[in-house]
Amino acid sequence: MPTARIFRSGSGRTPSMFEQSDRYSLFTLLREGLRGHTGWRPAWRDAAPQPAYDIVIVGGGGHGLATAYYLAKTYNRIKIAVVEKGWIGGGNVGRNTTIIRSNYLLPANIPFYETSLKLWEGLEQDLNYNAMISQRGVVNLYHSDAQRDAYVRRGNAILMHGADAELLDEAGVRRMLPFLDFDGARFPITGALLQRRGGTVRHDAVAWGYARAADRLGVDIIQNCEVTGFRIEDGKVTGLDTTRGHIGAAKVGLACAGRTSQVAAMAGLRLPIESHALQAFVSEAIKPFIDTVVTFGAGHFYISQSDKGGLVFGGDIEGYNSYASRGNLPVIEDVCECGMALIPSLGRLRIVRHWGGIMDMTMDGSPIIDRTPVEGLYLNGGWCYGGFKATPASGLCFAHLIATGEPHAVASAYRLDRFATGHLIDEKGMGPHPQLH
Amino acid sequence: MRIPCTYCGNRQLDEFTYFGDATVRRPDSEAADALPAFVSYVYDRTNPTGPHRELWYHGLGCRQWLVVTRDITTHEVLGAQPARDVASRSAVSAKPAEAPAS
Repeated sequence: MPTARIFRSGSGRTPSMFEQSDRYSLFTLLREGLRGHTGWRPAWRDAAPQPAYDIVIVGGGGHGLATAYYLAKTYNRIKIAVVEKGWIGGGNVGRNTTIIRSNYLLPANIPFYETSLKLWEGLEQDLNYNAMISQRGVVNLYHSDAQRDAYVRRGNAILMHGADAELLDEAGVRRMLPFLDFDGARFPITGALLQRRGGTVRHDAVAWGYARAADRLGVDIIQNCEVTGFRIEDGKVTGLDTTRGHIGAAKVGLACAGRTSQVAAMAGLRLPIESHALQAFVSEAIKPFIDTVVTFGAGHFYISQSDKGGLVFGGDIEGYNSYASRGNLPVIEDVCECGMALIPSLGRLRIVRHWGGIMDMTMDGSPIIDRTPVEGLYLNGGWCYGGFKATPASGLCFAHLIATGEPHAVASAYRLDRFATGHLIDEKGMGPHPQLH
Repeated sequence: MRIPCTYCGNRQLDEFTYFGDATVRRPDSEAADALPAFVSYVYDRTNPTGPHRELWYHGLGCRQWLVVTRDITTHEVLGAQPARDVASRSAVSAKPAEAPAS
C-alpha cells in the first residue's frame, strides 16, 4: 500500500479519519458540512524544492501532473517533483474546450487515444476526484457522399481497434439534433459519425485531481519555479537550474507543451515544432440546448454546452506562429460563420468570453513522447490542439518511458526521429506545414 | 493584425497566406551531410518567442511573396520586404522567389 508513503513529508503520521477529511465522499462532505468545513486538508502541499530528486517533471499542467501520478502509482517511483513556472493548471489544461474522444483514423493514434478514453472512464474513481466526466457523445457531421465514405472508412478503422463508432443517417441526426440547418443549399447535413463514449470533462478538475492524487503519493508539486537551464555532463542530464535554485535530477521529463521549443532549446535541442495560437469561445448561459458534442463537416467548427449553460465552441488555429495567447478577428469571423451555417439560432446569442492558448504544432500534426539525444532527458510535447483528451494516456505512457526507458506499447509511434525516418503520423495528410494541421 | 505589404500598404490579415519561417535555407543536395541537412531544413524550426522572419503571400492582393519580421509574443509587425529582394541578396536560392516580376 502506498499509504505508508503518503504522509512522508506531511505531519509525520497518518491522521485518523475523524480528524481530517482526506477522502472525498458523501459521508465526509456531510460531516464537514456539519462542522463548518474545518477539517479538509489542502488538496496538495505547497512544496519547496529539495536538493535532488530521482525524477523531475517540467510543467505542472495536465500531462505533467498525470505523468507524476502514474510514475508514483503504476511504476512505484519515489522522490518525484513537478516544477511549474506559474501555478498548476494555469496553461492549456485550463484553456481548452474539454472534449474527449478516440475517433482517429490512423493505427498509430487510435490505440493511444482509446487507452486514454478508457482511463477517462475510470479516472474519477482512480483519483477520488469529481472531474465531471460526461460521455455525452461526439457527433461528426457529414455533408456529401464523399465525406460519408471517408467517415465509413474512419468508423471501420475505429471499430477494428476496439473503440466505438456508429454511422448515423440524416434521420438519426435529426432525432438527436433537430435544430441544425439540415437543408442548407451549400452544406446539407446527410448524416454523421457518432462516438457515444466521447464527451466532455471539467478540465480544471483534471489538473487538480491529478495534483491531489500525486501529492498523496508523495510527489512534490513546486509552483512558481521556472526552469532557467539544464545541467548536462557528458551528454547526461544531472539536474536543472530554476528560479528557486538548483535541483538535482537523475531523470528529467519535459511536459511543457506550448513552450516546448524554448525549454528544449536550453538543452540544445531544435525541434520539429512551431507554436500557434488557438482561440475558443463561450456564449452567455442558456437552458439545456446541446446535449452532445457536434462538429461541422463543411468547415472547422465544434460546439458543446457546459454544465453552467454556456455554449463552448471553437475552430481553426490562427495559422501563423504566435505566443500571444490571443488571436485575431478573421478566425473569430470564420468560427462564427461556421456556427451560423450549422445552427442558425446561434445568432441570437452573445459571446461572453473568448481566449487563446499556445499550441505546440508539430510538422505532422501528431505528438512526441520519446527519449532525446540527451541521456536522462525525456520529451512529451507537440500536442497540437488535441492534448486535453490525451492527458491520462500521455501521463501513463510518459511515466512508462521515464520509468522503464522503453516506449509504452500504445505510444511507440510517437518518436522524435520519425521525421527523419519518414514514419510520419499525418491524420490530415497536410505535409510538413504546422499551420495547416 | 495588419501586414504592411511593400506594394499595397497596410492590408488586412485575411488577404494573406502564411508560409512559415523564412530563415531556413535549402541545403546543398550534393553535400556529404545532405540527408540530415534536408531533414532539418524541412522539419526543424527555431520557433523563437521574439522577432521572427516569416513568409507571407498576398494572395488576395498583389500576389507577391513577402518576408515579414514580426514579434511572435506581441504580434507587432516590425517590417516587411519583398521576398524576391531577400532571395536575390542570398547566395542560395530561396523558394518563394518563384513569383513572376510583373
